[in-house]
This record gives sequence, structure tokens and C-alpha cells, in this order.
Amino acid sequence: MTFEHVLQYLLAGITIGSIYAIVAIGFNIIYNTTGIINFAQGEFLMVGAMTAVTFSRLVPLPLAIAIGIAVTVAVGVLIDFVFIRNLKKPTVLNMIIVTIGLSIIIREVALHVWDEKVRSLPYFTGDEISSINILGAYISPQALWVLGICATMVVLLNVFFKYSVMGRSMRACSANPVAARLCGINTKNMVTMSFVLSAAIGALAGCVMSPITQTQYDCGTSLAIKGFTVAILGGLGNSTGAIIGGLIVGILEEFSISVMPLAYKDAIAIAILLLIMFFRPSGLFGKQEVSALKEF
Amino acid sequence: MSFFAVENLSRAFGGLQAVSDVSFAVREHSIHAVIGPNGAGKTTLFNLIAGSLAPDSGAIRLNGDPLQSLPPYKIARKGIARTFQNVKLFRHMSVLENVMLGRHVRSRAGFGAALLNLPHTWREERSIRQRSLEILDTLGIADLADADAVSLAFGKQRIVEFARALATEPTLLLLDEPAAGLNMHETDEIARLIADIRARGITVLIIEHDMSLIMDISDHIAVLSSGKKIAEGTPAEIQRNRDVIAVYLGED
Ligand SMILES: Nc1ncnc2c1ncn2[C@@H]1O[C@H](COP(=O)(O)OP(=O)(O)OP(=O)(O)O)[C@@H](O)[C@H]1O
Ligand SMILES: [Mg+2]
Repeated sequence: MTFEHVLQYLLAGITIGSIYAIVAIGFNIIYNTTGIINFAQGEFLMVGAMTAVTFSRLVPLPLAIAIGIAVTVAVGVLIDFVFIRNLKKPTVLNMIIVTIGLSIIIREVALHVWDEKVRSLPYFTGDEISSINILGAYISPQALWVLGICATMVVLLNVFFKYSVMGRSMRACSANPVAARLCGINTKNMVTMSFVLSAAIGALAGCVMSPITQTQYDCGTSLAIKGFTVAILGGLGNSTGAIIGGLIVGILEEFSISVMPLAYKDAIAIAILLLIMFFRPSGLFGKQEVSALKEF
Repeated sequence: MSFFAVENLSRAFGGLQAVSDVSFAVREHSIHAVIGPNGAGKTTLFNLIAGSLAPDSGAIRLNGDPLQSLPPYKIARKGIARTFQNVKLFRHMSVLENVMLGRHVRSRAGFGAALLNLPHTWREERSIRQRSLEILDTLGIADLADADAVSLAFGKQRIVEFARALATEPTLLLLDEPAAGLNMHETDEIARLIADIRARGITVLIIEHDMSLIMDISDHIAVLSSGKKIAEGTPAEIQRNRDVIAVYLGED
């Protein structure tokens, strides 16, 4: 492999890996406040992108994306209100099964609303043939959008969780819900907020990747599997771990193309997931305590 | 009308009557103690007051307002704060962040408001940080502000929990065995702290097994045994009370 080839694969891997990282961070945000793995996380990306595609024919692109995010957030809040907020004592395992069911329902509804055609948003700048030369490798300007937006989301999330009343309250809920309530924190609202955030970052990631990977009613499933793999790899609940894990999975996938048939690309994540489960269930950076399922 | 009162409060766990028809009133600005042998129902009483547990029957009143049907976060906003028998600090957070979380009770940043009014949010964040640092300073642990809270020595964690409770600006502070697990020097420090807290106009309801501490600082004592209140009075009265002596002698 020439240097240019390596660089080419590396850039592609980092691009898709940063999307996986955002999906994993979406898992983490909800996991941290509730202990639930929300398997409908991949559907957030699909709903966001599909809604934005539909509206992009009627309104300017940024507005269409904003609508996509708003609709996805509404779906997230609806899930919380119907399935979580009003349940007396939902067990974590039951809730995980509920979210799997939800992901199937959302997919079916999407099939009816949008049919099975593959769609995509227009490129944010340029088109599918424009590219930027970086040290001999070629990268689509959309990949830079992906990297830029994912990095911005990560920075903003960090600021939010560290320096805002609500972000700190959400961390408090995950650290110790009993003490959080006694600090006057309405933990139920914080759970809703975690769905709002996860849905919003998922929808935005779905939109920004849509021109490159395209969007279909069932594209959430494989994203959820990849994102889940990344979340486990980085240690559930650990967002720095999610970023590193995302890059690892993304880069491995892209390099696999050079040694294996393309069809095996999606098996990489599953293989990593199995290896992690066997050898290091708490993930690369996770602590043992995190890997135990949390109760409310 | 008393400042704070529990009236005929009961709570059972299965067949076990953990708190049974307990009533007492607490005068404002006093230090009121709840004592009793292990398993008497003292912590359960605190859980009922703080809203972490719902009573089977009875009432809890702050300035006449019933609290017993409110969720814990609303009770906290009404001015009741507590510390725990086994300290409950927030993991993965600094001492300062733990105390800042106490301030959140007083923050009015609503659900969307935080995002829509950024300058205000930013100012509020600064004032929360400032005020929390002041509280750490008055408790003499300002130098620990950036330390990871749960990795501190146990005695220091106690003080951080005090700081977090004080940050909520409570009118009633519930202390569950604040001297448990502390050495003599640290116990003295806690006793001074409690007297200081009362001097600032905060009413204190305290559970404690350390009798010399209790007799020293409290104005009034209620004694629980097997969920029931068996005596109430000033420290001098309690020390003379035959029922109390029987319960404590019977214990060993
Ligand atoms: N959540 C619970 N579920 C079942 N039983 C409980 C629960 N909490 C307390 N109990 C029981 O209720 C009784 C009173 O417990 P509580 O913790 O209130 O006692 P305490 O007076 O605080 O004792 P100690 O001095 O040891 O702290 C005990 O028998 C305890 O086992
Ligand atoms: Mg107790």
C-alpha cells in the first residue's frame, strides 16, 4: 500500500468513525441517566435525515436540517413520556427490550411514510465529484463537514456537561440519583433531557452523513450495532472512550476493504463486539462498576 | 403552629413496623436530636421527611404546610437538606462541583431557559461557583475545591456533604449520624460546625449515637425504640428517664 492509499483509508475511517462515536455518545447519554441501552438510537439518525431530505425540497437546507432535528427530538421525548416517565419501576432489562421493539416500530412507520427508496441530502458544499487533496489523498468536502460537526458537538457537549446547571444535574443523576433528588433536581426531567440531547445529536449526525452514505428507512439498525460496539469498546458511559472507540472501528472497517471483500466490512464491528465481550467486557477504558447494569 | 412537626407518622416494611405512630415538634433555631438503638427506625424517619420514602400514614409539616405527598426534589426546594449515614457524594466530580449541585436548588434556570438565555445562564453559573467557593471557605476546605470528592478521607467527605447541604440554603438540616466513623478530633470539629450552623439560623434535626456529643449540643431529644417514640425531653430529662435507660442498658 502506498502512503496515499493508507492516508485515503485513514481519512475515510476517521470520517465514518466520528459518526459511530456520535451514535455511541447518544447511547452513553441515555445510559448514564437511566441505565437503559436505547436500541432505537440508530433510528434517531434515520428519522433526522429522512425528515430533512423531505423538507429540503421545500425550504433551505439549514432549515430542513433544523426541522429534522426538531422532529427527532419530538420522537425522543415521546418515547420518554410514553415508556419511561410514567412507569412505576421499569426494570432495565424490560426497557432494553422495549427500545428494541421501538426501533422496529419506527422503522415500519418510516417505511410507510417514505417507502424503501434510498435518499440523500444534497452535499452541504460542492457536489459528489468535488474533492480536496490532502497530501495526495482525496477527501470529499462533506467529510470535512462530518468531522467539523462531530467535533463541534463533542466540544459543546463537554462544555454543557461540565459548566452548565443542567449538564451538571444530569451527571449528578447518573452518579447518585438519591442524592440528586435531595439537591432539588427533578430527575425525571433530566431523563427527558437525555432523550432530547441523544435525539438531537443523532439527527444532526444522520443529516451530515446522509450525502456520503445515503439514507434508507432501515439504515438505523447497522448504525445502532456499530454505535453499540463502539460504546462497549470505549466502556459504557465513557464519552472519551466512545470517541477513541469510534475511530478504531471506523479505521478498521475501511482498512478491511483492502484485504477482504467489501461484503465483510459490516462483520468487523460484530467481530470486535464479540472479542470485547469475551476478553474485556468493561471495554478498553471502562471500569468494572460501569459494566454492571445500573438499576434506577 | 410549630416550625416543623411530624404527626402520627408510620411506615412498615412488609411485616416490620419501622416507624410507628411517631409525633414530635421541632422549634425553630433549635438543635433537636433523635436517638435510639440500632434499627430503631431513625434513618427511616429521615427518609420519610426527605421524601425518599412515602409514609403509610401520618403527616409531616413545615410551617404548617404538608410535605408528605411531595417528591424529594420539591421538599429540597422547600428548604430541607440532609446528610447521609453513609456519605453519598457524586462520583466523578470535584468537591466544588458537588457543592455547586447543592446550589442548583436555588437556581431557577428552567428547561429551555438555559439554552435561550445564555448570558443569564452564564452569570448564574458564575454566581453559583462563587457562592460555593465561599461555603467551602467558611468550612475550611477551600483548598480541596478541585479534588475528586469521593477519593477524600472519610472525615473530609463528611464536611463536603455538609457543604453541599448548606449550599441549598436550608431552613431545616437533617444530619444522620454525622460523627459516625470520625475520630475524636474530627468529632469535635463536627460539633463546632453544628453549633455554628445553628448560630446562622438553621434548625438542626440530628441522629447520633455519640451520647456525649448529643447531650452537649442538643436542646431537645426524642428517643425511638422499635419504631415507637418512647421518650422526649431536654438532655437532662432524657438522662434520668427510666424507659430510656432500660432500652440502652437492655441493648448491651
Ligand atoms: N428499605 C428498607 N426495606 C426493608 N426494611 C428496611 C428498609 N429500611 C430500613 N429497614 C428496616 O427498618 C428498621 C429500621 O431501620 P433504620 O435504618 O431506620 O434504623 P436506624 O434507627 O437508622 O438504625 P441505625 O442506628 O443502625 O442506623 C430496620 O429493621 C431495618 O432493617
Ligand atoms: Mg440509621
